[in-house]
Amino acid sequence: MSVFEGFRFRHVSSPIHRRDPRVKFLYVLVSFIAAIMFNELPLLLVLFFLPTPFVLLAGVQRQWLRSLRGAMFLASFLFVFNLIFGFLSPENIPKTMSPPEYAFAMSLRFLDLVESFSIFFLTTSPDHLSLALEQSRVPYEFTFAFTTAVRFVPVLAEEAQTIMDAQKARGLELEKGNFMKRVRNYIPILIPLIVSSIRRSLELAEAMESRGWGASKKRTNLYALKMRRGDWVLAIVSLLFLVTVIYVRLYVPVPTFTMLLPK
Amino acid sequence: MIEVKNVFFTYPTGVEALKGISLSIRNGEFVAIMGQNGAGKTTLVKQFNGLLKPTKGEVLVDGVSTRNISVARLARKVGFVFQNPDHQLFSETVEEEIAFALRNFGFKENTLKKRVTWALNLLDLTEYRKTSPFMLSGGERKRVALASVLAWNPKVVILDEPTIGQDHRQKEILRQFIVQLNAQGKTVVIVTHDVEFVAECSPRVVLMAQGQIVADGDAKRILTDPNVALQASIVPPQITQVFLGLTDLGLSTDVIDVSEATKVLLEYLEGGNR
Repeated sequence: MSVFEGFRFRHVSSPIHRRDPRVKFLYVLVSFIAAIMFNELPLLLVLFFLPTPFVLLAGVQRQWLRSLRGAMFLASFLFVFNLIFGFLSPENIPKTMSPPEYAFAMSLRFLDLVESFSIFFLTTSPDHLSLALEQSRVPYEFTFAFTTAVRFVPVLAEEAQTIMDAQKARGLELEKGNFMKRVRNYIPILIPLIVSSIRRSLELAEAMESRGWGASKKRTNLYALKMRRGDWVLAIVSLLFLVTVIYVRLYVPVPTFTMLLPK
Repeated sequence: MIEVKNVFFTYPTGVEALKGISLSIRNGEFVAIMGQNGAGKTTLVKQFNGLLKPTKGEVLVDGVSTRNISVARLARKVGFVFQNPDHQLFSETVEEEIAFALRNFGFKENTLKKRVTWALNLLDLTEYRKTSPFMLSGGERKRVALASVLAWNPKVVILDEPTIGQDHRQKEILRQFIVQLNAQGKTVVIVTHDVEFVAECSPRVVLMAQGQIVADGDAKRILTDPNVALQASIVPPQITQVFLGLTDLGLSTDVIDVSEATKVLLEYLEGGNR
């Protein structure tokens, strides 16, 4: 469950926390595009270390590392599968890369994506997020659904832990058996989790309606987001970053380690 | 049976939940662990079946330290019924739900069938054998959860907040059931806030506050001591409160259940008439 830890917001203040969520989202989007555009390992490595100053500035390095550690499991999964398929059908991977490099690049790309989203969620409060969505003219129903989903992630993680404990107390051993058996071991955890989530969402809907949700069409907000100087700086940096990334993709040949290493 | 030796426990979040707990629970004992929210009650009982391992100190179950044994193996001896049955029910039928743990413990198919029938019967659930547990009422779901643990006949049964969300009748059934289980020699540990429920059962009471044990002894002694109660922010049973208010009459204040109260009052009234 530690991957969820990396997405849990804590109320602290830092130059990164104070940035307008819309601008932060632009930054995340740009790093997302960058990670998708390249499959060369050297550049993905650069992308991996690029956000480090932001993380240090925001002071969220511990939670950030924890989320990366949580994502490691899926990343190693990606690595193994890409490695197997790379060797089985080498024609499907770029000629400039050996299968291990390609597999490593693909799992690193996944980590790049997780890390940028993790920074966003670690430094943006759910309230700010919903404000940003609302001010971007997203209908309030969607905004609400989205922020509720984000807010309930830690609750769900905690509930999953309790269910796991309850089933372990009935002799369930999650790490026992072959691969298929292990997957099946999770059924006794997923079913109660899904059932209680559905129950909770119905209760939430009733509670909302009893408090007059949707009674007035036009909503006002106590706080409004305003772009400050720092926000403009980050926005310009992000756009420059995007331009650079596109330029490199189009006009600069990017080497791979397979090409650099002597045969 | 369960030996807790100077146990400290700190959650990964840094919350220090247990601060030097020492406790010994003998075979066949009936213990109620009480205390305010966040006192560390649930954290303590989760040490008994190895769901949590002590940060410092050790817990021995049947002489074996919980550090060196898996939860699944400990669970065979220590059954744990969680507060919310919805955190464990997942099968299509009540019967399958009860068989789940038995399968995990590797019971043979014919023993398994007998055990399931026995447990269904024990908790008066036979008519729901083929029903989906999700179709049952709250009280019935709780009984299914209890049956699914008792089915493998663990030596110790831990019940976390058994009375929450139960109506008076269900509570009374539950109380009689627990007392009966204990009378048959099973070690029973309950975690609860419900002072009235404990007063009616009259077990050994372990009172916790801020991760420490503040009192340990007979229910009668602990629940009628207003100072002890204050320390752990519990309120004496209503009947005791009446007697605490009647001290001027020279009546004893260590009364916790209704039948005893009736007896004491009748004796007083008859004495006064004479």
